[in-house]
Amino acid sequence: MSKMHVKMTVNGKPVEGLAEPRTLLIHFLREDLNLTGPHIGCDTSHCGACTVDLDGKSVKSCTVFVAQANGAEVTTIEGIANPDGTLHALQEAFREHHGLQCGFCTPGMITRAHRLLQENPNPTEAEIRMGISGNLCRCTGYQNIVKSITAAAEQLASMKEAAE
Amino acid sequence: MKPARFEYVAAKTVAEAIDARSSFDDTVILAGGQSLIPMLNYRVAQPDAVIDINRVPGLDTISVDNGAVRVGALVRHRQLELSAEAFAAHPLLREALDNVAHIPIRNRGTICGSIAHADAAAEMPAVLVCLDGFVTAQGSGGERNVPASDLFLFHMTTTLDSDEIITSATFPALPKGSGYAFEELTRRHGDYAVAGICAVITPGPDGNCASASLSACGIAEKPVRLSAVEAALVGTNLSDDAVSAAAALVDDMVTNEDDGAGGRYRRQVARTLITRAVAKACQRAAQGRA
Amino acid sequence: MATRTFGEPVQRNIDDRLLTGQGHYIDDIDLPSVAHAAFLRSPFARAKITSIDVSAARAHPGVLGVFTCDNIGHIDQDLPLLIPHPCLVGPRTQRPLARGDVYYVGQTVAMVVAVDRYTAEDAVRLIEVDYDPLPVSVELEDAAADGANLVHEDVAGNVAAHFVQNSGDAAAAFARADHVTKITVRVERSTAAPMEGRAVCARWDRITEQLMVWDSTQAPISVRGGLASLFDIDEDRVRVVAPDVGGGFGQKVLFFYPEEVLVPMAAIQLDRPVKWIEDRTENFIGSTQERTQVHTIELAATKDGEVLGLRDFFLHDTGSFIPYGIAIAQVASTSIAGPYRIPNIEVEFKAIYTPTVPVTPYRGCGRPQACFAIERAMDKLAEELGLDRFEVRRRNFIAPDQFPWKREGLLFADGLAVCYDSGEYDTALSKAAEAIGLDRLDEMKADARARGKYLGLGLGFYVEGTGLGPYEGGHVRIHPITGKIYVNTGLSTQGQGHDTVFAQIAADQLGVDPSDVIVVEGDTGAFDWGVATFASRAAVVSGNAIHKAASKAREMVIEAAANMLEAAPGDIELAEGKARISGSDRAVTLAEVATATNPLRYAFNKAAQSATQFAPASKHDGPPLADGKAPGIEVTDYYSPPYSTWAYGCHAALVEVDPALCTVDIRQYVCVHDCGNMINPMIVEGQVIGGMAQGLGGALYEKVQYDQDGNPRNAGFMDFLMPYATEMPKVDIVHMETPSPLNPLGIKGVGEAGTIAVPATIISGIEDALKPLGAGHFHEAPVFPHMIFEKLGGADQAKAS
Repeated sequence: MSKMHVKMTVNGKPVEGLAEPRTLLIHFLREDLNLTGPHIGCDTSHCGACTVDLDGKSVKSCTVFVAQANGAEVTTIEGIANPDGTLHALQEAFREHHGLQCGFCTPGMITRAHRLLQENPNPTEAEIRMGISGNLCRCTGYQNIVKSITAAAEQLASMKEAAE
Repeated sequence: MKPARFEYVAAKTVAEAIDARSSFDDTVILAGGQSLIPMLNYRVAQPDAVIDINRVPGLDTISVDNGAVRVGALVRHRQLELSAEAFAAHPLLREALDNVAHIPIRNRGTICGSIAHADAAAEMPAVLVCLDGFVTAQGSGGERNVPASDLFLFHMTTTLDSDEIITSATFPALPKGSGYAFEELTRRHGDYAVAGICAVITPGPDGNCASASLSACGIAEKPVRLSAVEAALVGTNLSDDAVSAAAALVDDMVTNEDDGAGGRYRRQVARTLITRAVAKACQRAAQGRA
Repeated sequence: MATRTFGEPVQRNIDDRLLTGQGHYIDDIDLPSVAHAAFLRSPFARAKITSIDVSAARAHPGVLGVFTCDNIGHIDQDLPLLIPHPCLVGPRTQRPLARGDVYYVGQTVAMVVAVDRYTAEDAVRLIEVDYDPLPVSVELEDAAADGANLVHEDVAGNVAAHFVQNSGDAAAAFARADHVTKITVRVERSTAAPMEGRAVCARWDRITEQLMVWDSTQAPISVRGGLASLFDIDEDRVRVVAPDVGGGFGQKVLFFYPEEVLVPMAAIQLDRPVKWIEDRTENFIGSTQERTQVHTIELAATKDGEVLGLRDFFLHDTGSFIPYGIAIAQVASTSIAGPYRIPNIEVEFKAIYTPTVPVTPYRGCGRPQACFAIERAMDKLAEELGLDRFEVRRRNFIAPDQFPWKREGLLFADGLAVCYDSGEYDTALSKAAEAIGLDRLDEMKADARARGKYLGLGLGFYVEGTGLGPYEGGHVRIHPITGKIYVNTGLSTQGQGHDTVFAQIAADQLGVDPSDVIVVEGDTGAFDWGVATFASRAAVVSGNAIHKAASKAREMVIEAAANMLEAAPGDIELAEGKARISGSDRAVTLAEVATATNPLRYAFNKAAQSATQFAPASKHDGPPLADGKAPGIEVTDYYSPPYSTWAYGCHAALVEVDPALCTVDIRQYVCVHDCGNMINPMIVEGQVIGGMAQGLGGALYEKVQYDQDGNPRNAGFMDFLMPYATEMPKVDIVHMETPSPLNPLGIKGVGEAGTIAVPATIISGIEDALKPLGAGHFHEAPVFPHMIFEKLGGADQAKAS
């Protein structure tokens, strides 16, 4: 089977590679680009551990072929921290509020929450729960994840206010 | 759990995609892929070729015409859900879309793909059925419109020919003076429906039911129109008793018995959702008039 | 102590790495030329294999090896019976690859190793196996019935174990009781479903003849012992590392999973690293499960509700094999009396083989079933005697001054007598009543009725034997150059935050910040004495071992610093990484102390100069290192509990039922819990709420389903309904801290606590809610909507809305 040439921008950097048509985006990210932050938890779009940003939208990269991402902009958990290397407000909040335990769902959860807060900077608790449903966590019972996202939203709002 | 090998065809035009469909024995169309790719990963589908239509220009448009909404084959659930124009013209669509899986799935999955996949428990096929909508399909024999009533055969099967591709779906306008509702029960938020009811009710000037259009997902082998319920509603004063009596007629339509209660539980769910959906639709109709 | 962090919500040391995608789970380990394994698994619950043809798979491009039972050498044998027990009447364990027979859908039949996973899966489908299917009895009661189809043809009645235990004289108690309450409860099968499935990666080093295994396991030391034994090589030549592990919940303790053995075997045979990453389907059909039990429990009581005696008979579904012995059933049978005195107990169980995925402990391990049985029975007793549910519990609680409360004759899973160490049960119940707003219950019920709903009060009390032996160790060392504290222990972590609480324990003794303590666990190359992470034991057993070691290190630091500062040991205090003379600014850093206690020939840095042979501080009579002394500050110590500590708690919930849709809405949920002194309340709370999410699954959503042929019906996340954030209610936590008198830190375990009482709580709430509709009793877990529908008589409730 011939391999295809794919090019895309991942975490702001242009990348390219060869892949079989059946290669899923998650495998290309993990195996070819060594971006092992996003994980595989189910292969069927139900757990969200593989969530990445594709052209500004949250997607589950286990149900996207890499060929479909040709030319796209992809952001993974590795691209969430601030440009100076410090943790993003969401990452800080997850640490402060114990929003993670084993950490396996965390990259997908944060990547999803990151997009959620761009779409809805001031979500209610119900909107957060709805916004992250589709991402399974087996450790935390979600309560501290919700708390973390709420805190991050407040932090980001006050940072924005300070900048204005 | 990795897909078997397949030929990948990145079609640039609909014609190319149709050609590719006839060049292989067994093909699938890849639009959003949210149902298809899990099936490929499980290897329950092992087509010779996957024809990707994502790079076909012009298929991602939503057009609103006199209250009717037409969505191209690449319009994502989320795109339609967030379209202010579509919402203003046809608010039922957003109410139904809100029940489709979770946001990341809706970001990828397409309405036409969901219709072509024809899961009996999926929401948008039921909406199309309720509204007497249609899909436009292109194949080697040309283009044709297929009404929803002729489209769905059974669970995950449509009447389309193997070389046909759905290029758009059209949701007709809500009748003037009508109210609408989409009510659904799922085990978890975002799951496929145990039962879902789409209802459009138009009261006459006397407050009695002038017309009713209802459909259901999850209760049978395909999305179904609830004609008996509709007939029983028309002409009534839409009182609780009248609606309950009409809702009871859904029982015969409920053939899906996988709930552990031999279908009896699902019948009660369907009845309950009908009464709730009709009540909500009536309330909206009344608000619209006010 | 100046810098005591015990009891503080210290943030976790590990988080920065995990938050930025820099975790190292097994699939993230990128070894050069690593090959990938995939498995052919049995499609039948019970069958004879008549032939296997691997020729097409072997010829497939990219395939490096295809293995069946015929070419795996001497590991083609029954895997170990890990926990033998005299009551096991027909213990059977699995072979790495099926030979002749298969016993459940999912059992490993053949393994393909190829250049990548895609290719390996392609080749698996080229293997042709002919099976002769055999008839099966899948349901627990069917498998236990006369004439059932046998799982193992030489194990009569499918009985794997039969055990009776007595405490006091139950027969006499029943003879003099005013009233006997009897119910039968059923708890269904579930699965741990950690977000990371199991995973194994192995590399054989021909030069050092060392086998390196990365295993997503809770028991690296035990896995090493097993591998050394199976491969017949020295333990020192096997190193097992559990790197970041994406959840375990018991499923990753120990089964001796076929893949754990076969992947290292392939790495040796092929002389190439091999990796296997379990996919989600495999996790549902190839990783152990738990929970199915059917209890018939009887309470003998006075008319005032004092329970004099308890009888419980239960069937325990052990799946197709029983490598873990009777551990689960034994925990259930010894937890059955809950927080109540009940002085006379007779408990009997049979462990039954069914042709399903084998059973080993899943978070809770028999306790959720026991809690469900006793708590539902207490509710029934209250109802039958016309007593309040709270009151009947109060009348039976073990009082604070009655501890230690021993149940003579009942042996816990550690082989020691059941003996509750401490508790304030009545206080916990009162706090739960207060937090849930018991005094407003009628008002809440009326409010629900006005909305067409029915509201009920859920109540569940649990006890949990935690911190089982035999022992764990702790190794504490101060690094001479950095002054950082290195702590090693033998068990491994799956997200519980061990590294942080262990750091707090050591930091408090040595006067440093927890972030300056580097905890290494899960690596047999770092520390190889110990057992595993299970049974809510890590903090209790490893924690106290580390505390003991760190206390000794503290004494050594004080003694050395006193020498260096020419002060009395009693005047030395440890704080901020220094040993200081109290009330002065004369101090030495821990790095200096560690350096000075290590007589040197070479000075690698300035601090080291003070420890070389010509430095004034090195003046000594006799040898530089006095007889009986070891260099540096380094201590290893162990902790072995005399018996288990018993944590407990009380859950209460307001549960609302929609009588038409038969759906359940948790309006409020309160959890009062007591795990003794809390090392880190933030982590404790995380453990409790996380456990409750799994409890919620067991109450309303999760059930592993098999059809009558033994085919799994919901082997994936689409149909096995784990709660999302939208399903999980917000939980109000009330902490209590009754110290355990058994260990120096006064702590009890908390890992499983949250899980245990949730089904009993929510389901009792459903029952209470639907009393006005005459729905009767709910004695099964989980409760699905159609079951509520059936309890309501399947009548047309639509009008009720």
